[in-house]
Amino acid sequence: MTELLAPLGGLLLIAGSAFLLLGGLGLRRMPDVFNRIQAGTKATTLGTLLTLAGAACLQPDWALKLALIGLFVLFTNPISSQVLARAAHRSGSEKSPLTAVDRLEDDFGGRS
Amino acid sequence: MNKAKDSLLMFAALFLFWLLLNASLANDVLMVGAVAAAVITFLFRNGLGFFSELRLNPRALLTTVLYFFFFIKELVKANLNLASVVLAPSLPLNPGIVKVRTRLKSRMGRLMLANSITLTPGTLTVEMLGEWLYIHWVTVDSADIDEATAAIVSGFEDYLEVMYG
Amino acid sequence: MVEILVYIAAAITGVAFLLALERFFRGPSPADRVVAFDVLTIIGITGIVLVSLAEGRGIYLDVALIYALLSFLGVIVVARYLERGF
Repeated sequence: MTELLAPLGGLLLIAGSAFLLLGGLGLRRMPDVFNRIQAGTKATTLGTLLTLAGAACLQPDWALKLALIGLFVLFTNPISSQVLARAAHRSGSEKSPLTAVDRLEDDFGGRS
Repeated sequence: MNKAKDSLLMFAALFLFWLLLNASLANDVLMVGAVAAAVITFLFRNGLGFFSELRLNPRALLTTVLYFFFFIKELVKANLNLASVVLAPSLPLNPGIVKVRTRLKSRMGRLMLANSITLTPGTLTVEMLGEWLYIHWVTVDSADIDEATAAIVSGFEDYLEVMYG
Repeated sequence: MVEILVYIAAAITGVAFLLALERFFRGPSPADRVVAFDVLTIIGITGIVLVSLAEGRGIYLDVALIYALLSFLGVIVVARYLERGF
């Protein structure tokens, strides 16, 4: 059992860090704040969860505390992204020229 | 009645958090945790009323478990979707902010809905006003309120409606 | 064998950290910097977990947890500040 768990944990660590890299790359390539937030949140949340799962496979004793960190990240990460997105919109951050439609701007003139 | 249930749920959540943090069931750990959780529950007895919105029946608990798996599936899908956008040389984007409506009434249900939307394929909650949610969408399929609601909100709502109402 | 995988994961995480750091310095808007900061802290949490794995010391996980807590509050506070306008 343990000899299977260790390689699985290693693979999960690699997969997790790959998603973090995806998040970093998204942050680098995306054209405006909102798209960057999208890339930043989703990729880092999954990346962190996978890394924590991998760490739990390598050190089963730590599983509870790792689960706690995972739960915390899972709840707080989307909240901080939403607050940031709202702050970006309210402070009138520049939107990519690709932006097709902005209902929030239509309804409140950017100052909701 | 409702208040007692509130307090009990809050106490249970705090105590569970303490146990996870300590990862131990020694007597002194249990006692300190119980006292601390009781004191915090007493101090905040008038705030945090949203605990009572969580329903405690077998169907709601089963739905919570199913929701968890649905959510993980959506999260993985979101990341593969994101990878296909970020790694493509042409960066195929069609972003926009659309408006959707939710049937959920409870604060906790709406919070969970907004969080779930943020972590799933191509969507990010920007603003929430009552039953209206403004969602940033990386690839806008439809700016129509009803069609966008069907595409973004409905999947989660079916679960959350049973859990929180 | 598995130790090597931990180090590879740490290296990839380091590259992700540098990419986010670049966004942090380039901006251009304050909101961009805060987003980059948010991502940096989450990558930092993963970094701390990897360090505790490499060192075999579970006590570092408490550091990761408190760091997650404080950085969340920090991002919320800065975002509230941004909303008030400049």
